[in-house]
Amino acid sequence: MEGEGGERKRGARLCCVCKKSRASVKRPKTLEQICRECFYDAFESEIHQVILENQLFSPGERVAIGASGGKDSTVLAYVLSKLNRLHNYGLHLFLLSVDEGITGYRDDSLETVHRNQIQYGLPLKVVSYKDLYGWTMDEIVRVIGLKNNCTFCGVFRRQALDRGASLLKVDKVVTGHNADDIAETVLLNLLRGDVARLSRCTSITTGEDGPIPRCKPFKYTYEKEIVMYAYFKKLDYFSTECIYSPNAYRGFAREFIKDLERIRC
Amino acid sequence: MQLTLEFGGGLELLCDSKKIHNVNIEQHNGEDKLIMKDLLSWVQTNLIKERPEMFMKGDTVRPGVLVLENDCDWELSGQLNTSLEDKDVVVFISTLHGG
Repeated sequence: MEGEGGERKRGARLCCVCKKSRASVKRPKTLEQICRECFYDAFESEIHQVILENQLFSPGERVAIGASGGKDSTVLAYVLSKLNRLHNYGLHLFLLSVDEGITGYRDDSLETVHRNQIQYGLPLKVVSYKDLYGWTMDEIVRVIGLKNNCTFCGVFRRQALDRGASLLKVDKVVTGHNADDIAETVLLNLLRGDVARLSRCTSITTGEDGPIPRCKPFKYTYEKEIVMYAYFKKLDYFSTECIYSPNAYRGFAREFIKDLERIRC
Repeated sequence: MQLTLEFGGGLELLCDSKKIHNVNIEQHNGEDKLIMKDLLSWVQTNLIKERPEMFMKGDTVRPGVLVLENDCDWELSGQLNTSLEDKDVVVFISTLHGG
């Protein structure tokens, strides 16, 4: 129903799915103009489809959600919890957090994870670099300087997640890597000529030959949609950049992809 | 024109760590019209206190910054051409940080 000129009907388009409510978001994944409720349904059911089609879980499995307190892992914990109940996946879910010892960054985001533990009713385990390795990231950077910090941290974190996962005796670890992250990783590996990583980096499940495989249920989920979902649902997450990340090469890949997306539409 | 502006996803750090700003925008062209493009440049000049490149790129927001007008995606209302009215709520959320 179009309003008359002068009424507050600016941009009042109807949801292209239900055709009843007003559209609130333009989905980058499908370019559909969709209302909130239909957006929640589409968002959640697409993730459910990814889980089924890729056979990510089996009933009775203990699954640790890599939780940083950031947007992706918070939304992942919320959605996986919901789908587990709704569709009877039969999973035992846990939150697993890694404390790298980065002052002003990690200490704040861990507070968020503690709140998530209460909000979602999921048990939480925190493992720290200090306990595992005897070094915090701050101490490491003081020695190596502000170069290649992410490279060190990434390696340590993967190990830390494995250690935490085995302490929790879980069968699987899930992380919140989204479609944008994976696109950046593909570009990064291409630019660096890292053929070995390039061939592995889009797998939805990795480490199947090891003790604890990991998977990425958000592989096909767009970052914008994760943020919009969290915003509309008022989910609690922490959003500051790690203080060491401005120096990371990934930033260039991210900027490039975001610029490309803009001209694509 | 009175507006409520909200900054999230880390953008609040660019405006004195304040998430919500209630502002009054004077219009110079004599008309009662304000579009998003005008608002952005007003925000850049009056609210962004540091690292302006994190908020804007050229005459629009930096790619990765989402804009909502009255809880509605600005991509549905014409982005920079979105027209604003008195008492509107505009939200800027950055997606450019760890997850």
